[in-house]
Amino acid sequence: MLKYLGKRIARSFLTLIIILTAVFCLLRLMPIEGYFQNFDKMTPQQIQVGLKEMGLTDPLPVQVIRFFKDLLHGDLGVSRIYRSNVPVSDILKDKVPVSVKLGVWSMALSLLVGLPMGALMARYKYRWFDKIGTLFIVCIQAVPAAVYFLYIQLYGTKLMGVGLLFQINDPKYWVLPVLSMSLGNIAFYGMWLRRYMVDESNKDYVKLAKAKGMSEGGVMFKHIFRNAFVPLAQYIPTAFLNTVIGSIYIESLYSIPGMGGLLVTVIKKHDNTMVQGIVLLYACVGVLGLLLGDLLMVLLDPRISLGKKEGDR
Amino acid sequence: MMKQFSYRHTKEAEFMESMEEGELFSFAGFNEMEAEKTGYSNYSYWYSTFRAFLKNRGAFVLLVLLILLLAFTFIQPYLPGQYDPNMIINDAKGMQFRNVPPGKDFVLGTNSIGQDLWARIWAGTRTSLIIGLSVALAEAVIGITVGVIWGYVRKADFILTEIYNIIDNIPNTIVLILISYILKPSVKTLVFAMCLTGWIQMARFIRNQILIIRDRDYNVASRCLGTPVSRIIIKNLLPYLVSVIMLRMALTIPAAIGNEVFITYIGLGLPVNIPSLGNLINEGRALITTPALRYQLVYPTIILSFVTISFYIIGNAFSDAADPKNHM
Repeated sequence: MLKYLGKRIARSFLTLIIILTAVFCLLRLMPIEGYFQNFDKMTPQQIQVGLKEMGLTDPLPVQVIRFFKDLLHGDLGVSRIYRSNVPVSDILKDKVPVSVKLGVWSMALSLLVGLPMGALMARYKYRWFDKIGTLFIVCIQAVPAAVYFLYIQLYGTKLMGVGLLFQINDPKYWVLPVLSMSLGNIAFYGMWLRRYMVDESNKDYVKLAKAKGMSEGGVMFKHIFRNAFVPLAQYIPTAFLNTVIGSIYIESLYSIPGMGGLLVTVIKKHDNTMVQGIVLLYACVGVLGLLLGDLLMVLLDPRISLGKKEGDR
Repeated sequence: MMKQFSYRHTKEAEFMESMEEGELFSFAGFNEMEAEKTGYSNYSYWYSTFRAFLKNRGAFVLLVLLILLLAFTFIQPYLPGQYDPNMIINDAKGMQFRNVPPGKDFVLGTNSIGQDLWARIWAGTRTSLIIGLSVALAEAVIGITVGVIWGYVRKADFILTEIYNIIDNIPNTIVLILISYILKPSVKTLVFAMCLTGWIQMARFIRNQILIIRDRDYNVASRCLGTPVSRIIIKNLLPYLVSVIMLRMALTIPAAIGNEVFITYIGLGLPVNIPSLGNLINEGRALITTPALRYQLVYPTIILSFVTISFYIIGNAFSDAADPKNHM
């Protein structure tokens, strides 16, 4: 177990270093306009001096090492265009809590709605609730998020009586973004929980429990749900990633002052250091989320021992 | 008992020795009547798959519609009286036809700079379908090739598994955003960015399946009979995986189209002179506050939803049909 943990964490760490290095090197290939606010008006000499000051004329390995050294101090570089000469970490400091709040709410909502939905669909298999649920799942999975997000905003804002401009302190304004972000995961949890519960309900112990005279509902929630929930845990990392990615879209759509919306803004403005900083943050969140999901699965089910080498034959 | 056997044995051996080779072995020849007596069946995999698929009427209708739609996107520019999707149309006085609602002159109206929405939607659908199909095809080719090597060659397993463990940890969207940001936006860039990490899921899947079935009895038998590896892979292993490969491909297409919309939305998509569904939806979204102009958003989204839902349903129906367990 401990060996597995160590290996898993080491692997995440290695991945992270590879991603960070790759991102850093790739972004050096970007045109240098992204480092100056008034690039058009500058003379070639000024540009050279500017680049030298930022240390961008050094050989690449030197830059990479310096980048990692700075990173250890929590220094992500300085924004050049979005807000001139303000450290990226300062800009992000205000944005991250908003994104986290949005993500947590949306994860909570998708679990609170998705799990009961899946359980009820399995309980009333092939009845109307199951059919409606299946229709919902097919729609959410087949229609691109880009489309239904737009329509939710279009009709939802009218329905809720909220303006298009986001107001951070009014809870009414949080409803639609959180809802939009959870829909995909609700369908996801609903679909898989239903499938696992249906699979589980054909097993012998369920028949025994019923033969003992246990009520249908009791069997469902005391036996089947608990066992079906374990394999579901492996989807939590994916769901988490969906939430992270969804936030880029949703935050920008509702102009929520979070990280995701900011990423879209700085991409449009070609602010290289900002893009780099935010992409790095997203990569870290993604890697960390996957790691936690794997660990969660080990904790939830004592039967899974990942210590064994995968693919042993 | 034993005595009797040895007697028969020597007797028969003597008898056989006295015969010519031609008498011992001769070609049986095909006799239709005889053939009927054995368990011959004219089972054909693809025929049965097709028949099972036909039974699902809804999916079949969608497939026909989708093929017609695909064909129409290519035929449309050659029909009479069509506008160029990038041409800005002026009236007799030289004024642009801006935001003309759908009607007689323009079937689906015009956009904010006077381009024909009908032409743009078909050109956009074509671009998006090309992106989706290319991504699905590329992922299938790379994924199957790597997956087969990964599953079949024992030495490659360790290295490929380690590579997988690292790549799988990188969120796809981050790669997509980064590659699109660095390279110049074009159809090729988008396809490249989407394939860069997409193939590994397919490869992983193929690898797992091949590990499961490659040492089954029928494959061991094949190997003992000296069947070359390439034939085992193509004839024994891959047909087993048709249904899942098709399902993955069918689901990759809508995902790729959806990704294109997403990438365009964050400002890294195709330039406006290459219409795509992402571009059109993005243009339409800008007009969301004016209810009268909403047709510019509604039409592209209808096409987009139709295409993605069709692929989803057809993919699922086909993968059910391609599973021999569902063949009667």
